[in-house]
Amino acid sequence: MADYILIESRDPFESAEVGSFLDLADGLAKEGSAVTLFLVQNAVMAARHGAHVNFPDNSHVRSLAALAANGVKVLADSFSLQERGISPNRLIAGITVAPLSAVIDHMAAGRKALWH
Amino acid sequence: MMGKKTLTFMLMDAPFENARTTTALRLIDIAARRGYDINVFAYEGAVYMPLAAQAKHANAVHGHDAAQEDHPLPREWVEAVMQETARNGGKFDWVNCGLCVDERGAAEAIPGVRRGSPADFWKMAGASDNVLVIPTK
Repeated sequence: MADYILIESRDPFESAEVGSFLDLADGLAKEGSAVTLFLVQNAVMAARHGAHVNFPDNSHVRSLAALAANGVKVLADSFSLQERGISPNRLIAGITVAPLSAVIDHMAAGRKALWH
Repeated sequence: MMGKKTLTFMLMDAPFENARTTTALRLIDIAARRGYDINVFAYEGAVYMPLAAQAKHANAVHGHDAAQEDHPLPREWVEAVMQETARNGGKFDWVNCGLCVDERGAAEAIPGVRRGSPADFWKMAGASDNVLVIPTK
């Protein structure tokens, strides 16, 4: 079974497609794959403590906290957080700050890489 | 560190427009610093990234001349990751989609860029440890 690095670059408050990508991460994890979801660029906006990606118009979107609880490793790009003035201490529980090199680590390890 | 790897990236965005360009080059730079072999297939607007004619400009609103403005140029970033790869013992292959180049009149690229087709991307992908496609929005 393949393992995955999914890279989300979009803000879920801007793009409804993000929900489908998060659903994909959830589905792959439930089927037994190791899945890392890496948030970069505006995608880190959804990582803020108190942000609700499933509210009010994104009811189908799985929350990042739920994804993390279901076994998806959720990482947020440290540079993207810094650019946007988001403190790494104010993220949704279950989300870990990581450098972009984590993506290259996963690619080098042979994980299937998908960008959205 | 893991052993030497070969990674292929497909880029599609034109420069100066989207954070995806910056993130793509950040990723490529990380691979370059590790001495990985790197392939880039530039498709659609991404063929403008290594365009040799890119030039710094002044900013009259801010009262800066071209040197003071020091406007970043993607062709310089591309050149930098090529050099970084070579410094660390890696190989770098940048292929611009030929039809995309012709459509856009973007034939004048910096040294190290060659013309190709999507068939080159197919070959690159087949010879790589991993591939990342960064599509347009």
